[in-house]
Amino acid sequence: MAEQAQSAMRPDKGPDKGMVEIDTSECKGCGLCVAACNIGVLSLAGWLNHQGYHPAEYSGQGCNGCGLCFYACPEPGAIRVYKLAAAAAA
Amino acid sequence: MAEYKILHDKSNCFYETYERKGELRNQTHYCPGCGHGNAHKLIAQAIEQLGIQDRTITVSPVGCGVFAYYYLDTGNIQAAHGRAAAVATAAKRSRPDSIVISYQGDGDLAAIGTAEILHAANRGENITVFFVNNGIYGMTGGQLAPTTPVGAKSTTSPFGRDAHNDGYPIKVCELLSALEAPVYLERVALGTTKQIMAASRAVKKALENQVKGLGFSLVEILSPCPTIWKLSPVAAQERVRDEMAAIFPIGVYRDRTREAQPYPAPKPAPPAEQIPAILGIESAEGVIEAAKPDRPVDWRIRVAGFGGQGVLMLGEVLAEAGLEAGLEVSWLPSYGPEMRSGTSNCHVRVGTHPIASPLVTKPNVLLALNEPSLKKFLPTVEPGGWVLYNGESIPEGIQVRGDVNMQAIPFTQLADELGEAKAGNIVSLGALLELTGMLRQEAVDHALAHLVKSTRWLEIDRQALKAGRRAAHAREAERAEVCQ
Repeated sequence: MAEQAQSAMRPDKGPDKGMVEIDTSECKGCGLCVAACNIGVLSLAGWLNHQGYHPAEYSGQGCNGCGLCFYACPEPGAIRVYKLAAAAAA
Repeated sequence: MAEYKILHDKSNCFYETYERKGELRNQTHYCPGCGHGNAHKLIAQAIEQLGIQDRTITVSPVGCGVFAYYYLDTGNIQAAHGRAAAVATAAKRSRPDSIVISYQGDGDLAAIGTAEILHAANRGENITVFFVNNGIYGMTGGQLAPTTPVGAKSTTSPFGRDAHNDGYPIKVCELLSALEAPVYLERVALGTTKQIMAASRAVKKALENQVKGLGFSLVEILSPCPTIWKLSPVAAQERVRDEMAAIFPIGVYRDRTREAQPYPAPKPAPPAEQIPAILGIESAEGVIEAAKPDRPVDWRIRVAGFGGQGVLMLGEVLAEAGLEAGLEVSWLPSYGPEMRSGTSNCHVRVGTHPIASPLVTKPNVLLALNEPSLKKFLPTVEPGGWVLYNGESIPEGIQVRGDVNMQAIPFTQLADELGEAKAGNIVSLGALLELTGMLRQEAVDHALAHLVKSTRWLEIDRQALKAGRRAAHAREAERAEVCQ
């Protein structure tokens, strides 16, 4: 998993196919998105949000925009998934 | 810099902020890892994709899902526990163009709401039911639900569900699939992301069926309850996948969406101006102004006799005639289960003031059509009131009250002389009108014309009224002579 993420970050691979934004104030730290992510770019933060949960975080690199985390997440507005414009068109 | 487009985001079908709590306005009230949030998201997404948000009505009854109306930006109705399918029926039938969702948990749908869901499904109501099944009462703290697996511990089955004592989990999809009417029944699960994606297709299809007017659709969603199950959200999800789905097999239990014909659109309700014609009361031209009393009145009437004497009918005529005269009226029947020969009485109020209670406990008019009724109710009559007894004279053994106006007139016998003993009730009405001037003749004529459909009987009743008036008049005259 980690190796895959590493490879996605290699400069010669070009930009990541996807991107994910997590609203850490809405996140209840259930970890379902972390479990759902096939490429292991999500994790629970070491810090606590204002409700006392360890929110999910995106490593910042390697997302392929598959959207699994969005479907796994029970909160309506905690996760937003982006797709690279070129990849979305393809 | 690479350009990214939003692929998945919060659905527009959710409110921007949730008003339930002062703070935390961006977060649902569900526990971390609860399946309700996923179910809400799938429904919101489907509504958005189908473009039906502005005509969708979500019905949420009791359970954790009760607060769906804080999140889903659709029309929302909160229903009593278990009654969502009945409320959804009403919403759909009264607003046929709306898309009505019944969102129910297993404690709701499969326990207290079993009758409602069964009959809504059996009627083939064109509604969409999302049945979120987590096999436990979550909101109330983990009691045994009808869907709780055998052997599972709950606060009310501390040693595990015992099939001999508590029965087996109710399988709703299987149960409903025995019915003819449902068009689409599918069980999905939130046990893996793949299952969630599959669930999203079922949710959309179930709504689409309603858009097409195909009939009753239900999607059962096996859902995790990490808090009550005392599992981490990830472990709870695994339990849905491994254990719940083993007890409640996922799959399609009914799919007649291909062959189903769209239900004919229900006829719109007739315009208000047509209602009198439909009810056959077009002759009623509003209140008979001349029949209005010129002073405040408050008639509290008790009519009593045995079943078959027309006690309730007489009460109806009085109330209807009061309506014709523009008065406030109430009619409250009280009778035994037998249609004939049981006791029967009714409370009627006719007055100029709004009626707070239809009960008549201290009547100022008693129409006693038999002896037991006279015995029973005479003591309740208010001083100064009227008592009309169906007989030649007040029977022996009944103390004549000096503080009320008592008259004994053989109503049944007078009616019998007219050829119909059953018209005795109307004879008594004639006497009552003659003695008290309670209502004008026109109002009573109109009321009788509404209530009596047969022309033969209408004529008999008219004669009976006259006979009653004549008899009462004669009695009054006799009394006047005696007094002189």
